[in-house]
Amino acid sequence: MADEEEHQETELSDNQKIDIAKWFLLNSPPGEIQYVAKDLRSVLRDDNAYQMAASEAFPFYNKTHIISLQFPDRSGDVLVSSFSEISEAEYLDPRTAQVGKIDHVRQICTDIRPAKDEELPTPYIEEYRCALDAEVCKYVAEAYPKGVCSVYCISGKDVEEPGSDFELVVLITATRLSPQNFCNGSWRSIWNIEFMDELQTVEVRGKMQVGAHYFEEGNVQLEAQHECKDSTMFQSPDDSSFSLANIIRHHETEYMSSLETSYSNLPDSTFKDLRRKLPVTRTLFPWHNTMQFSLTRDITKELGIEK
Amino acid sequence: MEAALGLMRRIPPKHTEAALSALVSLLPSYSSDLLSQVDQPLQVLCDVDSAKEFILCDYNRDADSYRSPWSNKYHPPLEGGLYPSPELRTLEIEANEVFSVYRDQYYEGGTSSVYLWEDDEKEGFLACFLIKKDGSKYAHGVRGYLNEGGWDAIHLIEVGPEVEGMADYCLTSTVMLSMTTDHENSGTFSLSGSIRRQMKAELSVADGHLANMGKLIEEIEGKLRYSLDQVYFGKTKEMIWTLRPPTELPSTRLLP
Repeated sequence: MADEEEHQETELSDNQKIDIAKWFLLNSPPGEIQYVAKDLRSVLRDDNAYQMAASEAFPFYNKTHIISLQFPDRSGDVLVSSFSEISEAEYLDPRTAQVGKIDHVRQICTDIRPAKDEELPTPYIEEYRCALDAEVCKYVAEAYPKGVCSVYCISGKDVEEPGSDFELVVLITATRLSPQNFCNGSWRSIWNIEFMDELQTVEVRGKMQVGAHYFEEGNVQLEAQHECKDSTMFQSPDDSSFSLANIIRHHETEYMSSLETSYSNLPDSTFKDLRRKLPVTRTLFPWHNTMQFSLTRDITKELGIEK
Repeated sequence: MEAALGLMRRIPPKHTEAALSALVSLLPSYSSDLLSQVDQPLQVLCDVDSAKEFILCDYNRDADSYRSPWSNKYHPPLEGGLYPSPELRTLEIEANEVFSVYRDQYYEGGTSSVYLWEDDEKEGFLACFLIKKDGSKYAHGVRGYLNEGGWDAIHLIEVGPEVEGMADYCLTSTVMLSMTTDHENSGTFSLSGSIRRQMKAELSVADGHLANMGKLIEEIEGKLRYSLDQVYFGKTKEMIWTLRPPTELPSTRLLP
């Protein structure tokens, strides 16, 4: 075929191959990057290009998908994210004050070390972080059968006493991989929480992202996301944390019910704009009348479906 | 090749075109296999003579031109292009007219095209019925729910030779769809997917080829729509509900 000749003339450069490989890896559905990588390697037939692409794509994928990895001694989990990142291979777990060393491509935590003092917030900030962590953990244990959460200080971690602003981030993730049932899915929410000292308010920005993939004899994917804002008063660590966890619970519960609404609107409204279940006439199409068409050209009249 | 198809099963359906062209450039020697096994979103062209749109596919293509089912002319014009026999062309004209009515009944808009051609190996013929609908509120979404919404259906039918008044029909159908809603208080919600199914039947030619093919298409489209709606979308919902079961407030949970 003409197409083939054309394609053979243009041999791909190494950079083009790496770009294509990265594109495939980064577009992997939640939890499926290893499967994509395996197929990609055999399609690519160029291990150098694959390694180059993997070394760039995996860290990015792991961080955006906020994957959770268990410490080698099983003492806890570390979330791989831009908020917990100390270096490309090291991620902080504030709850255990440990740093996990990550092998991005194998997606495992290979080693842990205690966090250094300069990697942790001051006692003043830690009080807020730790109180919020405890409240969020309670909520996550209630709401998610297999949820993982963590709270980080992403700005103002050296603030020692009241009088300055600081910002915490709450990450909540849940992943379920069930390749034997051809189904995978992930939930992640990111809550930015800014403590504004002068105004004595706390500003909350939330982003929830949901993905699901069902691929038994087909390929169907859901992607949904929602952002929201809220605020509360700047109070003691315990009081602030209590109201913040409630804000998160409220918005996430509300989002779940809006997802429910989106799904229940599908059959009769949303999906109907693509194709109706039944014709406008509400009866099956009168194919049996089509034999007469050679005699008359007035189709709609013959079919008895004149508008 | 198997790995390539494995990748196509995982890449989000909205990226099918990009993924396919990437695979073709990586595996030039498999390009015709890939292009024939992976369905791509349909494209349309405007037939200037009849001022109607028609759908492009491999079955109305000759070199770089596509034949319109309305005027039977190639776009751009092509010398010595392939045409169906006069007999098949008569059926093709009829099929296009009837199928437009069918399309309008179920889709309330969109574009459709039907192409027929002789089967060189067997005595029968082949038919390809195509539908493309943009259901977004900016196009043919009559209810205006969708910010983005596409439905592409490809029905390829092999019709066997007539034997004692009966003919074999083998139908392979693919549906590719995507839909996105976007609301301030619920964010973006986007489903996309593609599925393919086959159906075979031996039917009496007395009812006419068009009626037979039409009934099969109507049946399979109904089934595909049902399984997307009930099975495939349902599974994604089930998955999210296992990740975070919809919570009731603790107080209501205590009530009987």
